[in-house]
Amino acid sequence: MKFLLTEEQRQFGASIHELLTAADVPGAARAWADGDSEPGLAIWRGLAKAGVTALVVPESAGGLGASPVDLVVACEELGHHPVPGPIAESIAALPALLAGLAQGEQPRGRFAAASAAAGPLGYGKLLAALASGELVGTLAVPPVLPYALDANAAGLAVLAERGAVSLSPSGIGLKSIDPARRLFALRTGTEIAVDADDQVRAALYYGTLASAALLLGAGRGLLEASVAHAKTREQFGRPIGAFQAVKHSLADVLIGLEFARPLLYAAAIALGNDAPATARDVSAARVACADAARLAARTALQVHGAIGYTRECDISLWLAKVRALSSTWGSQAEHRAVVLGALTEPRTGPWT
Amino acid sequence: MNLDPDPVDEAFRAEVRQGLAPILPQHPLPSVNTEEGFAAHREFERKLADARLAVVSWPEQYGGRDAPLSQWLVFEEEYHRAGGPVRVGQNGLFLLAPTLFAHGSQEQLDRILPPMATAEQVWAQAWSEPGAGSDLAAIRSTATKTDGGWRLSGQKTWSSRAAFADRAFGLFRSDPAAERHRGLTYLMFDLRAQGVTVRPIAQLDGEPGFAEIFLDEVFVPDVDVIGAPGEGWKVAMSTASHERGLSLRSPGRFLAATDNLLKLWQSGSDRPREGRTAHGERVADAWIAARAYQLHTYGTVASLAEGGTLGAESSLGKVFWSELDVSLCETALDLLGPHAELADRHWADSYLFALAGPIYAGTNEIQRSVIAERLLGLPR
Repeated sequence: MKFLLTEEQRQFGASIHELLTAADVPGAARAWADGDSEPGLAIWRGLAKAGVTALVVPESAGGLGASPVDLVVACEELGHHPVPGPIAESIAALPALLAGLAQGEQPRGRFAAASAAAGPLGYGKLLAALASGELVGTLAVPPVLPYALDANAAGLAVLAERGAVSLSPSGIGLKSIDPARRLFALRTGTEIAVDADDQVRAALYYGTLASAALLLGAGRGLLEASVAHAKTREQFGRPIGAFQAVKHSLADVLIGLEFARPLLYAAAIALGNDAPATARDVSAARVACADAARLAARTALQVHGAIGYTRECDISLWLAKVRALSSTWGSQAEHRAVVLGALTEPRTGPWT
Repeated sequence: MNLDPDPVDEAFRAEVRQGLAPILPQHPLPSVNTEEGFAAHREFERKLADARLAVVSWPEQYGGRDAPLSQWLVFEEEYHRAGGPVRVGQNGLFLLAPTLFAHGSQEQLDRILPPMATAEQVWAQAWSEPGAGSDLAAIRSTATKTDGGWRLSGQKTWSSRAAFADRAFGLFRSDPAAERHRGLTYLMFDLRAQGVTVRPIAQLDGEPGFAEIFLDEVFVPDVDVIGAPGEGWKVAMSTASHERGLSLRSPGRFLAATDNLLKLWQSGSDRPREGRTAHGERVADAWIAARAYQLHTYGTVASLAEGGTLGAESSLGKVFWSELDVSLCETALDLLGPHAELADRHWADSYLFALAGPIYAGTNEIQRSVIAERLLGLPR
């Protein structure tokens, strides 16, 4: 047993962090919120060059076929820097869905004949385009993911409902309390597959896992900003970080994040092994990461005080995003129920 | 990165299970904080030592199996899963022994470890004083140099199981001119020596779980000083991080507690009950936290195997497990409804004990300050 990231994985995370530090992510997030997705998409292209968009796409379709551990390492950084766009959808869930539909001797659905062929919309083509970063996709899976995020900036919007998968035309976007998120209810479009419950379930696992990683990264970004502020902001003749109440609340944030992270990795390992405990572990990771991120968000705002309550302050780029991500891809209550159900189910039990 | 169990560790698990089965008490022993119970626990430790299961991570020559950390964790999982009794010698095993391994002389190791392993000698820790709890550097009990040793005078308090233990270890001020953490010496002394008075203190559960120790010129020979005189603080700090960290509360304890909570939850599943969803969420949360602690510990073991160290990070764990324990017990008692207040039952006892967790081994307030200052770099 070696429950530790490999050196390679650590370096992968570090290189994404470096890439995003050099790009102006806050600027891109603000531009995205103002309706200009170009700076954000330029960052996506940089991430594509680093292999991030190819992680979940199988090698046979031009991707990296990487492990879900690599996915969460990447996604934690994409949350740590508040990268705009449909990350969990395009980088995790959609590739998993399409790869699942394309798999096997009987590829599912309408693309069955086209998948191996050079047809313009075959699964293979879609997957390759997602992998290369040429195509950014989004996804809705009502009721757990009722809205497709940023369908206006994506080149592909997929609706999965009651086991049927269709390509959906974009509709009217709703504003989110996170200005960088725009939400689209999709209408059923050109159907591409039916009876795809298993593939949709896999897509939900991948998307939930990715969004849990985004939450964890956001939590870390919020903590770092808070610590930096607490070290420099002086009141009563000293940095506010010298006061015990501030110290203790930030310590609690660190504890939350540090103990959520192992659950995230364990979920990634389970998903990669297609383990019976996958549902339990993915839900547990999501519960812990969201709770940790929410504490980080509330604490960050308090530590910053009034200045944190502005759009000008960078913590605003994470605050509402955390709120949003902790209710999509299933609610905390739904995920807790999955965990509880798995614990009392003889096949999985608590400790497998 | 993987969670695959090591075949060697799993083989050890089977050995532990087999070794424990015949020696575990059929019925729960009387409380360790009673004369009868203390004796019964000591007797059990003897059996554990005979099966070479008392101190698995120690060198063989002292009764151990040279087991690596990962196997110690396995032992703890099996021990707690089987409902093993409270380890009456835990202060010696988990606080004093690591200190001796780090700072003790060969003579001390050879003399002290074997009877500790068999519980022939049970140790209590004597650190806190009425005026020095969280602020340990404020201790005032003295050690005055004399022919062949030292004379200890002063008062120690909150010494767990000192009512029935044989020996104690603690810090004493050996240089009256020095202040705070300077000029302290780490000494071991006999609780039955001339000049020692032990006064048991009733804890919340009514039992004498800890005691005050009054020392009036108690003689301690030089061979019972650990490390150099005056260097006691350094010696003690290595103990403190062990107390906080892995040694004190292994994940196995909380995995077993969570299993018990799950059983309790399932025993009520046929009864429709208001608030069941809310209770169910708390049961899920207890498992999630126990699992997180188990996984985090696996990560620590892997990191230590790669040459990492466990410093202030152990404070993260201490806050986490101590609050998990209280929360888990609160959930159980809430599930029990009006029966929760009945005394001398498993969950009520566990709850009362759990309340102490955020206080001992360094209060959680101190731990949070350590986390903020040493891990986050906030100003002192």
